[in-house]
Amino acid sequence: MNIIVLIKQVPLSSDIGMDEETGVILRESGNTKMNPYDLYALETALRIREKAGGKISVLTMGPPQAEQVVREAYMMGADYGYLLTDRAFAGSDVLATSYALSQALTHIGIGDLIICGKQTTDGDTAQVGVECSEFLGIPCITNVKRIIDIQPDAVTIESDMGMTIEHARITYPCLIAVDKDIYQPRLPSYRKKKATALLPVEKITLNQLKDQNTTRYGLTGSPTQVIKIFPPSRTSTHEIWEGEHLGRRLFALLRDGKHLQENV
Amino acid sequence: MSHIAVHQNKAVDYKALSALCPFGAIVVDNGHIAVTSACRMCKLCIKNDTRGVFELVEDDVAGTDTSEWNGIAVFIEIYEMKIHPVSLEMIGKAQELAGKIGHSVYAAAAGEKIHTAHVEELLHYGVDELYLYEAPELKHFRIEPYTAVFEDFIVRRRPSVVLVGGTSIGRVLAPRTAARFRTGLTADCTILDIQENTDLDQIRPAFGGNIMAHIRTTKHRPQFATVRYKIFNMPERITNPTGTVIHCTLPPAKLNSTIEILKVHHKEKVKHLEEADVIVAAGRGIGSRENLKYIEYLAELLDGEVAGTRTLIEAGWIDPRRQIGLSGRTVRPRLIIACGISGSVQFTAGMNGSEKIIAVNIDPNAAIFSIAHIGIVGDVTKVIPELIENIKADAAADVKADAAAEGTAERSTS
Ligand SMILES: Cc1cc2nc3c(=O)[nH]c(=O)nc-3n(C[C@H](O)[C@H](O)[C@H](O)COP(=O)(O)OP(=O)(O)OC[C@H]3O[C@@H](n4cnc5c(N)ncnc54)[C@H](O)[C@@H]3O)c2cc1C
Ligand SMILES: Cc1cc2nc3c(=O)[nH]c(=O)nc-3n(C[C@H](O)[C@H](O)[C@H](O)COP(=O)(O)OP(=O)(O)OC[C@H]3O[C@@H](n4cnc5c(N)ncnc54)[C@H](O)[C@@H]3O)c2cc1C
Ligand code: SF4
Repeated sequence: MNIIVLIKQVPLSSDIGMDEETGVILRESGNTKMNPYDLYALETALRIREKAGGKISVLTMGPPQAEQVVREAYMMGADYGYLLTDRAFAGSDVLATSYALSQALTHIGIGDLIICGKQTTDGDTAQVGVECSEFLGIPCITNVKRIIDIQPDAVTIESDMGMTIEHARITYPCLIAVDKDIYQPRLPSYRKKKATALLPVEKITLNQLKDQNTTRYGLTGSPTQVIKIFPPSRTSTHEIWEGEHLGRRLFALLRDGKHLQENV
Repeated sequence: MSHIAVHQNKAVDYKALSALCPFGAIVVDNGHIAVTSACRMCKLCIKNDTRGVFELVEDDVAGTDTSEWNGIAVFIEIYEMKIHPVSLEMIGKAQELAGKIGHSVYAAAAGEKIHTAHVEELLHYGVDELYLYEAPELKHFRIEPYTAVFEDFIVRRRPSVVLVGGTSIGRVLAPRTAARFRTGLTADCTILDIQENTDLDQIRPAFGGNIMAHIRTTKHRPQFATVRYKIFNMPERITNPTGTVIHCTLPPAKLNSTIEILKVHHKEKVKHLEEADVIVAAGRGIGSRENLKYIEYLAELLDGEVAGTRTLIEAGWIDPRRQIGLSGRTVRPRLIIACGISGSVQFTAGMNGSEKIIAVNIDPNAAIFSIAHIGIVGDVTKVIPELIENIKADAAADVKADAAAEGTAERSTS
């Protein structure tokens, strides 16, 4: 069984602030780590390999430094690692990221099962996996909470559809996005770190991809444009209420804040 | 290829220049300033450098002819016997946007069999054209047939904007369809507005809510956006709808799927405190165990969870799993109402990240007021029962209004 896990490097802390005046994003350190949601994706792959055998590859797209997350994945037990990197990919939105990843996946072989995380802690769109599946023309299921069974030709999963929980069987090749807490991710092992120190991380650049059309990648290939980024307004400062009819006032506040609508 | 060009002759303070980039993309390479592939094109370097070292060099890409795409479309989510309320909220937003540019509102719904009452309900909320797709294959949401339906609808109607609910289903359907049209999708928008030239202004939080991004999709159509539930307002129900219904079918081959749904069951309601959207928390100030019933009732009315301070846990009034604080749970609900809680640091450490904090305390100097967005100085044993009375009265009035509306509209419920 061939499993590919998509992983992304993200800034260390999600507690990124912004200078209200200059609009500069403040980062406590320049440090990065593997997107925490991707640890669950990798752990899922490791558990499946324990049961069904096979190989796990990880793929990340990012700057050269993103090699670090592939090394982290090696320390957890991944067999092969790929880094998709090229200046042509700079400024990619979801569409351009997914397209580049799908091209790289075709290059390395899409395998049986592609696993990605629920979302990232930076861009936070939860769309990359699904868009990849479209470009690859394979089915996908998101919000996967549990792997029920692994068969030679299909996987049976439990997924959270919001109002319901569903059990579904999906044949390979397919893509799943797993929820946080599907399994407890293992810690990187020192022994594996040493054992994989010399294991190469294969670099993939634009000229290895089948589609060489640069207008499909990077900023040019990105339909969405970030016009501006700014700090959220913290308008809800402190208000103090005193006097009569406090319960009625509170009711009006909750109604206007849509807390009295039916919840689904 | 679009990129950030560096005017080396203007670059003086290399260290200050590298510090401009929040993504670490500006580096000193071989004695020159260089922009690496870590660049996210956020343009902050251009904005914040006064000497004009950085410049955006853009390729001219031929985009879509935007004038061929008109109208605001909404994907309607119908599950079993219910229209997801986010669909109605989006219709309201779609009307507002369409009104500004003189366009129409379109909607598409899919299912095994769509109830007439649902169809009429949607028209009453102001949809001009409703496209219905019914087939046994559409009984459960599966990605391939639903994308085929949505694609068919978009090709037929060519809307400028497509709104999809940020639900479990919408968050798969929207990216899959947007990728098929090779167009942009902005996730979880909290503000939407439209320009005269039909460009949609989309504002969304990222980095866990620490940053807001203003996003546009100017050269591609349709412009996809997902919207979470309870962000936009419910539209008014209109009495004389004028919209029409268009029944569509797809060839069975397009409705194939390699996904087999084996079992569907409803979610149990018991939630972990950490996952609750709304929490009503009680402290010693509620006075008696007896009074806990108001707290529980309020939580039920708000579809929230009950929690408590350590004091009440130790008194045995509340289950230990419901303790908030340093030695309890850390929560970040959309709303927390702290009732009779002093606001010790050990308690607030577990909840001060909540989106909206309302505190009721009789003591105007209570510490909880320093972190509350709304501080209510009053007796919790009076304020909460009064609140409950008002909620109940309002719900009763709604039921009456609904009954009246059904009477006048003479809806067929067959
Ligand atoms: C403030 C801000 C707002 C943005 N808003 C939007 C927007 O609304 N629409 C839009 O199109 N773009 C947006 N972008 C750009 C977008 O964040 C990036 O394009 C990013 O590459 C992909 O999205 P994500 O981080 O949201 O990943 P998600 O879609 O949240 O990631 C889901 C999963 O996909 C996999 N994955 C994601 N990225 C990679 C990667 N580089 N390599 C390997 N696997 C990966 C991982 O398994 C991950 O768990 C925004 C960027 C910023 C800075
Ligand atoms: C190591 C350590 C760990 C701890 N961990 C936790 C923890 O995890 N969680 C936790 O909650 N505590 C914890 N505590 C305890 C904490 O310090 C406080 O003692 C506790 O939170 C106080 O609970 P309280 O607000 O319910 O009671 P009090 O502090 O007694 O406050 C009662 C409040 O009710 C108000 N009041 C009285 N009557 C009324 C009325 N009729 N209407 C409105 N308001 C009224 C009063 O003005 C007062 O502010 C910890 C303490 C230590 C030392
Ligand atoms: S555009 Fe943004 S990400 Fe790119 S170099 Fe400038 S500051 Fe860094």
